[in-house]
Amino acid sequence: MLTLDQATYDAIVAHARRDHPDEACGVVAGPAGSDRPTRFVPMLNAATSPTFYEFDPGELLRLYQEMDARDEEPVVIYHSHTATEAYPSRTDVDLAQEPSAHYVLVSTRDGAHRGDDPLQTRSYRIVDGAVTEEDVRVVAAPDAAAGE
Amino acid sequence: MAIEVKVPTILRTYTDGEKVVSGSGDTLAEVLDDLEARHPGIRQRVVDGDELRRFVNVYVNDEDVRFTGGLGTGVSDGDAVVILPAVAGG
Repeated sequence: MLTLDQATYDAIVAHARRDHPDEACGVVAGPAGSDRPTRFVPMLNAATSPTFYEFDPGELLRLYQEMDARDEEPVVIYHSHTATEAYPSRTDVDLAQEPSAHYVLVSTRDGAHRGDDPLQTRSYRIVDGAVTEEDVRVVAAPDAAAGE
Repeated sequence: MAIEVKVPTILRTYTDGEKVVSGSGDTLAEVLDDLEARHPGIRQRVVDGDELRRFVNVYVNDEDVRFTGGLGTGVSDGDAVVILPAVAGG
């Protein structure tokens, strides 16, 4: 189960809508070991592509240095699919290298990037090539998530 | 002094969970060979043949080695090497 606060969820969806038809990507960092995603960090998709994403290598280094300094880890790694469902592609599975992260996928296909319709947002663990879907719960405030 | 190498979570199975290990050598390739001697298996997760793997980033003193000579990038005592898997997908 992944618990996201409403503001973080909205920020991920807004990023996916904004970058459509290219894929959007980023992380939500949180205190190491807490499993609580608290700090939304949108990243540049260096591939600028509708079918691929890759964090810019320079930005990636700065992100990890910053997380290290704050004793954080990438609790959520998110990206969008702009023409397919919110399910990890073969490439997503092959390249997943953070076994403790929640991989969040947002689909903006079929015009879902427009308007206020809820987008399909799903979350997975990807470990050693195995994909396990988990529930996503969106709560009103970060405090509500922290209390459980 | 030696060269400090920061190891990403996914490769810490090769370093008994250590986040930072030290290595020696005059080039990045030599440092990776040196690490391999003490942490067998780690090299092939970073290098494929004579090239860095496409989806692994290596930095020497915060510079992406793709722009500084790849595996041939020179290093010296006190330098810091960071290995970071790319965050990428389709």
